[in-house]
Amino acid sequence: MSIQTAVTWLVVIAVFALTVKPLGTYIAKVFTFQPTVLDKPLRPVENAIFHWMGLSRDSTMTAKQYGLALVLTNLAWMLGAYALLRVQGALPFNPAHLKDISPRLAFNTAASFTTNTNWQAYSGELTMSYFSQFAVLSYLQFVTPATGAAAAMAFLRMLSGRKMGNFFVDLTLVVTRLLLPLAIIVALVLVGQGVPQSLGPYLHIHTITGQTQVVPRGPMATWEAIEHLGQNGGGVTNVNSANPLENPTAFSNLVETIAMGLLPVAFFYAFGVMTGKRKLGWTLIGVAAVFYLIMLALLYFPEAAGNPVINALGLHTHANMVGKEVRFGLGGTSIFETSTMSFTTGSVVSAHDSYLPLSSLSFFLGMFLNMVFGGSGTGLLNMLMFVIITIFLMGLMVGRTPEFLGKKIEAKEVSLASIAFLIHPLLILAGTAVAVADPAGVSGILNPGPHGLSEILYAFTSAAANNGSAFAGLKAALPFYEVAIGVVMVLGRYASILVMLLVGESLAKKRTVPETSGTMHTDTVLFGGILFGAVVVLNALTFFPVMALGPIAEQYLMMAHHLF
Amino acid sequence: MATQEVSGQRSYTASVIKATFRKLDPREMIHNPVMFVVEIGTAVVIWLTFTDKGAANRSYDLIVAIILLLTILFANFAESFAEARGRAQADFLRRAKSSTRAKVLLPDGNTSWVDAAQLGKGAKVLVEAGDVIPGDGVVVEGVGSVDESAITGESAPVVKAADDGVTGGTVLLSDRLVIEITVNAGETFLDRMIALVEGAERQKTPNEIALSALLGVLTLIFVLVVVTLVPIARYFGPHAANITTMVALLVCLIPTTIGALLSAIGIAGMNRVSLVNVVAKSGRAVEAAGDIDTIILDKTGTITIGNRMATEFLPVPGVTLEELAEASLISSLADTTPEGRSVVELAESLLKLPQTPHYDGEAVPFSAHTRMSGIDLADGRQVRKGAVSAIRDIVQNAPDALEQNAEIVAKDGGTPLAVEVDGRALGIIRLKDIVKSGLKERFNDFRAMGIRTVMATGDNKITAAVIAQEAGVDDFIAEAKPEDKIELIKKEQNEGKLVAMTGDGTNDAPALAQADVGLAMNSGTMAAKEAGNMIDLDSNPTKLLDVVMVGKQLLITRGALTTFSISNDIAKYFAIIPAMFAAVPELSGLKALNIMGLKTPHGAILSALIFNALIIPALIPFAIRGVKYRAENADAMLARNIFNWGVLGVIIPFIAIWGIDHILGIFGMA
Repeated sequence: MSIQTAVTWLVVIAVFALTVKPLGTYIAKVFTFQPTVLDKPLRPVENAIFHWMGLSRDSTMTAKQYGLALVLTNLAWMLGAYALLRVQGALPFNPAHLKDISPRLAFNTAASFTTNTNWQAYSGELTMSYFSQFAVLSYLQFVTPATGAAAAMAFLRMLSGRKMGNFFVDLTLVVTRLLLPLAIIVALVLVGQGVPQSLGPYLHIHTITGQTQVVPRGPMATWEAIEHLGQNGGGVTNVNSANPLENPTAFSNLVETIAMGLLPVAFFYAFGVMTGKRKLGWTLIGVAAVFYLIMLALLYFPEAAGNPVINALGLHTHANMVGKEVRFGLGGTSIFETSTMSFTTGSVVSAHDSYLPLSSLSFFLGMFLNMVFGGSGTGLLNMLMFVIITIFLMGLMVGRTPEFLGKKIEAKEVSLASIAFLIHPLLILAGTAVAVADPAGVSGILNPGPHGLSEILYAFTSAAANNGSAFAGLKAALPFYEVAIGVVMVLGRYASILVMLLVGESLAKKRTVPETSGTMHTDTVLFGGILFGAVVVLNALTFFPVMALGPIAEQYLMMAHHLF
Repeated sequence: MATQEVSGQRSYTASVIKATFRKLDPREMIHNPVMFVVEIGTAVVIWLTFTDKGAANRSYDLIVAIILLLTILFANFAESFAEARGRAQADFLRRAKSSTRAKVLLPDGNTSWVDAAQLGKGAKVLVEAGDVIPGDGVVVEGVGSVDESAITGESAPVVKAADDGVTGGTVLLSDRLVIEITVNAGETFLDRMIALVEGAERQKTPNEIALSALLGVLTLIFVLVVVTLVPIARYFGPHAANITTMVALLVCLIPTTIGALLSAIGIAGMNRVSLVNVVAKSGRAVEAAGDIDTIILDKTGTITIGNRMATEFLPVPGVTLEELAEASLISSLADTTPEGRSVVELAESLLKLPQTPHYDGEAVPFSAHTRMSGIDLADGRQVRKGAVSAIRDIVQNAPDALEQNAEIVAKDGGTPLAVEVDGRALGIIRLKDIVKSGLKERFNDFRAMGIRTVMATGDNKITAAVIAQEAGVDDFIAEAKPEDKIELIKKEQNEGKLVAMTGDGTNDAPALAQADVGLAMNSGTMAAKEAGNMIDLDSNPTKLLDVVMVGKQLLITRGALTTFSISNDIAKYFAIIPAMFAAVPELSGLKALNIMGLKTPHGAILSALIFNALIIPALIPFAIRGVKYRAENADAMLARNIFNWGVLGVIIPFIAIWGIDHILGIFGMA
């Protein structure tokens, strides 16, 4: 491992470690309505918004109202985005004269950006006008992470014995207090690194070989900032952050990597602050961090060892650099990709299709778990879902009805949490099964054998996890995939959030049981280890067969010098 | 009740086997979703056995079908076995119900014979020596000794007088009683007990419902995994998915181990409660016992052995210890109370008398007015013992030491009795509550498990504090009235705690009803028994502690077997996944996952399936007896059980499946 790699990794991890506490505490304060430094400049703005919407800061909803507000608001966004994309040709800020978007692609894109997935079945520079980019898609890139974060905050408030709160208030506060301030900073830093921020037309450049090259640009810096801060992941251009204009330097690569993780990690700490169980917050951070490091190692080391087939030919290459950015090297690439897969961002700096099968397990791991910090707040909800299931399974073994934060976990919570767990594999496995059983699905595969299966599996996993990255190699623009993946994204996004809101409300209604020495402690290394083990076992049992048929089978075939 | 158990096992074998097969009925099986899925899978494989192409395939199908059928039968057997143990006990109780005739008192004073099964509430019946009491009721007239062994297994007769409750099925040994029947026929205590132990009224407890729900969703996930695996595998070719193997994989993955044993665990938990001679009115109560945070125990009879005992003589100056001891002995000769006998015993051992000496004289019994008792001896001496103030009033110039000694005793939580002879005060007898042996250790265990013990007593604060300290309870309420207990229970419950208590009197009934677990004494009043949700047939309040243990063990057993069941799946994957795709060229690399080195694909699948079936009977003893359990804090217990059932649950099947594969190899099947 080079010094460069080590330093890059350490910087990223150190920034997360240093920001988690202040940022997490800040988040907790904002959403429990305590004074913070930004009150002075932002309160008047927010008050104006609330006044206009007829809201008061301390109004509250039931879980049903909150969930309904969330779903209907998202539906309105999705329909609005669909309509605007359909008539983009007639709208301003379209110097490249791009045409209206087809109904299926408009649905797929609207669903994709509204669900915070940012799966792109199109090439941005060839499809989307500047107006669609900044007014439709970038708008969604702010409000959709805010949707997930708002739901998580409502859940945490119920868990800590507070009122659930109002969806619209939470939504506004996530944008004004978290996303906008951070996005302004990150955008300015990126501009400083040379990322364009322009509404001017695409550049026509005469290259030294005498050719003319069209260089797409646009409001890139602001897009890149919120793309990463909100774990959105859709690129302005097709190659996403591998485009030198979207991610020009090793430093911008570092900034984008860090921007992805700042909020998701801090939400874990905010959980500790709001529930008064900081140690438990640290335990959960520890479990997620171990998964993060495993993903990083699983990605880096096989790639660093190089392709065994090429190595066997005696062509000594240092690493498998196919499809990777030479500017960032394997170190910078691997930490960016680990982050994008664990924080469910889905922006890429390399071609995931070109990784060795073994390393691709790391991508799948991040999306299957969906709680290696995950999206802002939504990852925390997924983690807490596993916590509840684990507490119930293991907690019985101390001879008491299992308790979480002093609330008894009974039939209702266990059923809801396990249904929330079921939704994810259901969407992935059923989607994949339908795709391979349908000739329309199989026709989209570019590579035969296990690799082709991985391509389909990856597409549905990415959609269900609201990650949005693509394995490539799959013709995602086929009608079958546009519709199927659109549906999976929507179900994957809302079903588990809604179910978890019900879990939260059910727990909030329960009487708090005092802690005794007969209570299983959750804020210990022991519980962290058990949680880790339970998550591994539950996910392995669910996904081992498809992993065996996809990446694992391909790895063994590759070792037998059979490539795809 | 050891004897019934033996006879139960002998005579119920046939019914267990019959029930094992009867439970194959899908209409019954559907109540257990996990095993229902196995049954559907079995049906599919049986169908394939007749329709599959090729003799080799059909014989493979047949073997899988047989193992699957055995899996279901093992599960049915576990449940039937647990049920039979309950039924053996029910039959024992039913024998007590055999008497069918009752003598009903008519308004004119005559009696008429009526079938006991037709006795209604309010009927007055005459019971004479040798008669079986025909129904639950209250004594309205007479005193008699009753043999309750049919219910309690305790052979010593119990004296019943007016207002005492009596239970149908018990036998009056002496005298005659008039009893007012308080419960309609068919709803008597005995009827309910029979229904309970038989499992007829068995309802799933809250925790069992929650676990069933989780197991249901897990089963659904595995159905999803395997059903989607069929098209996904066929992506590699039309023959890549063998249906029989897919069914085998599904059955191996779904939590059959816990699914098979779950109801047996519940039934056995109820039985374990009845083995300590406690009848729980519902499984819910037993489960709640495991969650108890606070236990309220009466001092008298529960923590102390009911009566105070003489432990020391404190003579005043000028009187020897022997002198005081002898006077105390004489004063107590006519006193037949336990306290009096304890004075005699203490004096005898102090004076080293081989046997109780005899004195002629006239006994002066205790009266509330004089507050003393004693003997007027034939030689003219008058010996008295009694309350210190009462004795002080009748002696001349009571020495200061008498008062001082009395105070010392009182401060230590004891009761002082003064002794005098012919107007001369000799000294003080110390009467003390004796804490039952072994209690302190038990309370320590409870503290380790996070359960708080509170002692309730009518004694004053000083006495209460001393006993509380000696017994090692965490807290006490002194000068407690029955209302105080309810207050305490409500206070604890408002803090979110679950409270257990014991009681026997009618005035305990509201508190018993308020408590989450109320253990009523069988010797207690009908009101108390109605209010509690458990009844201790031996009337030993310390039993509450056993019940709590059983409740905890019930939850631990469920959790342990669930964890074990899920952990097992890892090894099964490593056996089946490489085997099931061995014939697909593109997937042949997966044979590297065969880390157990299983010899043939079919052998590997059968080995996993056989392990999955055999583990059920292997774990029946744990389900019936409960997982071993020791008092310790939650985190230590968790760590130990995670290792025993989680970590070993991953490792054991690897070894076992490897072993089964080798045995199959010997028979040429692998």
